[in-house]
Amino acid sequence: MEKTKKFNFKDFMINYGVIVVMFILVIYTGLTSKNFFTMNNFANILANMSYRIVIALGIAGCVITGGCDLSAGRMIGFSACLAGTLLQKIDYAGKFFPGMNPLNPWLVLIIVMIVAAIFGSITGFFIAYLSVPPFIATLAMMEIIYGLGLIYTGATPLGGYTAAYTGISAKILGISGLVWIALIMSGITWFIFNMTRHGKYMYAIGGNKQAAEVAGVPVNQTMVIIYAKAAAFYALSGFMIGAKAGGASVNTGLGYEMEAIAACALGGVSVTGGRGKVSSALIGVAVLELLKVALQYLGVDANAQYIAIGIVIFIAITLDIQKYVQKK
Amino acid sequence: MAEYKLEMKGVCKSFPGVKALDHVQLAIRPGSVHALMGENGAGKSTLMKCLFGIYSMDEGEIYLDGVKTEIKDPDDAMKKGVAMVHQELQPVPARSIAENMYLGRFPVKKYGPIQVIDHEEMNKLSSKWLAELGLDFDPKALLGTLSIGQMQCVEIAKAVSHDAKVIIFDEPTSSLSDKEVDFLFKIMNDLRDKGCAMIYISHKMDEIKQIADDITVMRDGTYVGTWRADELTTDEIITKMVGRELTNVYPEHHHEIGEVILECDHISSIHPRSFQDVSFNLRKGEILGFGGLVGAQRTELMEGIFGIRNLSGGTIKVHGKEVKIKKPKDAMNAGLGMITEDRRGTGILGCLSIKDNVGVSVYNKYLKYGFVLDHPAINKVVDDSIEKLRIKTPSKEQHIANLSGGNQQKVIVSRWLANDPDILIMDEPTRGIDVGAKHEIYEIMEDLAQQGKAIIMISSEMPELLGMADRVYVMCDGHLRGEITDPADMTQEKVMSYATMF
Repeated sequence: MEKTKKFNFKDFMINYGVIVVMFILVIYTGLTSKNFFTMNNFANILANMSYRIVIALGIAGCVITGGCDLSAGRMIGFSACLAGTLLQKIDYAGKFFPGMNPLNPWLVLIIVMIVAAIFGSITGFFIAYLSVPPFIATLAMMEIIYGLGLIYTGATPLGGYTAAYTGISAKILGISGLVWIALIMSGITWFIFNMTRHGKYMYAIGGNKQAAEVAGVPVNQTMVIIYAKAAAFYALSGFMIGAKAGGASVNTGLGYEMEAIAACALGGVSVTGGRGKVSSALIGVAVLELLKVALQYLGVDANAQYIAIGIVIFIAITLDIQKYVQKK
Repeated sequence: MAEYKLEMKGVCKSFPGVKALDHVQLAIRPGSVHALMGENGAGKSTLMKCLFGIYSMDEGEIYLDGVKTEIKDPDDAMKKGVAMVHQELQPVPARSIAENMYLGRFPVKKYGPIQVIDHEEMNKLSSKWLAELGLDFDPKALLGTLSIGQMQCVEIAKAVSHDAKVIIFDEPTSSLSDKEVDFLFKIMNDLRDKGCAMIYISHKMDEIKQIADDITVMRDGTYVGTWRADELTTDEIITKMVGRELTNVYPEHHHEIGEVILECDHISSIHPRSFQDVSFNLRKGEILGFGGLVGAQRTELMEGIFGIRNLSGGTIKVHGKEVKIKKPKDAMNAGLGMITEDRRGTGILGCLSIKDNVGVSVYNKYLKYGFVLDHPAINKVVDDSIEKLRIKTPSKEQHIANLSGGNQQKVIVSRWLANDPDILIMDEPTRGIDVGAKHEIYEIMEDLAQQGKAIIMISSEMPELLGMADRVYVMCDGHLRGEITDPADMTQEKVMSYATMF
């Protein structure tokens, strides 16, 4: 009896260790800090998670096929700038397109998502049809997009957005509009992953690309769609960041791709491919975000937080990988 | 000198939910080849992995030369004189033969505190051991330039160079040509004369009769018994392995052969050394066999037809209409299906469930509103397959990697049955699966033929080829050398004579 109990505990910790530790940390922080358990604080955390979730959902598709996407951060910056230039108030002094009437934010969102998807499909084309490793192909696209962003904006930060744009981050039913967007995207992604051929093909490619090809999976086409779709998600994320911050520069979103990949891995998206769910991305982002905020409340040096994040990634992935390592 | 070179006693090993080995014993005489037999899943490989230190035993003892020994890991096993020639070789093809032989124990030159690899010494030693086995490879050549059979010989040389007392051969001949098998047996006979103890795992009965001195049979993780090889007939071995009399190995042919469904005209590979100028036809309700030696390019030919490899010329007609096949999807649209030879490499999607493995090629057929997967319908198809093909699994959500080879193959068969092709290409459909599952696969083939499906079967097992096929084409060296249509002509000698027309 004793033995089975212990065994279950070990298994439980391997499966949910990260979440348990997070809970303990959150509760401890809540009990020792005054303003942690407040609606305001959690609303903030959720808003900060919202656009990170959208990035993680996009990048999860790449990771599940055994790839990655280093261009995510720069795509976000580029998209945020592109959206920003089209959504400045008509009377704003430093307006990018002087005299141009600001467009409808939702129309702009569609424009930036399409533009990003075009670039994403170029990356996907190189990966799928020309067999360039994802690490290199997305690295190349990262450089290109950054250059395009710099040229487009002249390296000038943007501001003076219309109320219609920044209003997207206003609260609806007590929760930021951005969080609603993240929730909707989670639902859409869940649907794609589980209820469409594309999603199943994605898992099949991640499981065994050659076998998927033999089974009649349109491997190349699927890969292109995955990278295009991911890029569209980054564009949405950039759009959201712009709405939240009320401004943008080409450096917006810098390094977010690494955070998103880390979040996916933390949540249980296998970096060797084939495994991962929408909930993995959500959990991963939540863990990272809560960790950051908790450490902040506990008064940990902001620079030391990076060390803590690194340690958590080490431990979490080590635990996670134990599930798949063949038992001897 | 101990009576036995190696003894394993009371070995038990459990995996979550399965007792893989239950008090198994094994005793190998010095200077003998000991065949370890049993259906797949009988626990042969598990037992060998325990011996080689890949798995740790739950219970049990190992004696080497009568001395109780513990083996911690493969490195430890090799130091203690146990070597293994793997079923699937794990060499480093991009490095030289010598480096592969001395990997992990490179001879070194010392310059004070600095150690440098002594390539000269390594090459010299490798040459010596290779020559000992009668191999004349250049130790500096890249391992990847050798054939699989030759690589296996290098593995054996490596084992011998370790001064191995016990060498485990885990299905060494599954990808060898007959000539290479003969050479392997010659080496094994030499090693026997030198007093080496060898454990030989194989499903090929004629090989066992040819090479083995003793036979140990296992069934479902238990020890059945050990006999001198000349005491048992092939039928008796099979009876002991399966625990039942196998009366009729191949199902009777009751299918009717109809009109021509597939015509291949002068098709050639883009590689000049692969298949060239092959023409053949296939009829409805027919099981068409493709015989030949390993390396005859049969697999390449079928993969070419199925769009996995590129063709340089020729036409393929299905139902009398020419089809252009550039990728597997095109072949599927033309009504073809293919079960590949390399189950792990191009068959299963290892980390996905049985359901996903079956569903992957039929999602197009089960859609609601044109794009939403119809999960209830797919579940039904998968559940039906599990029941109909008797796939042993707790549920359809089980990862396919956790199934035995035979059950994995049944899942792949289910995938193609769900896809309902008119023509099914089966490349070595029973390779590496146990006798019981083999028989079930044969029954499925017969059943399909009765439904009017056309089947192409590549088989390197002569009895299977002759027992199952209505008609046989034989290939050699990339060319079609002969067609056998008359049942009276379907003899091993006839196939062999075509297969060796180099």
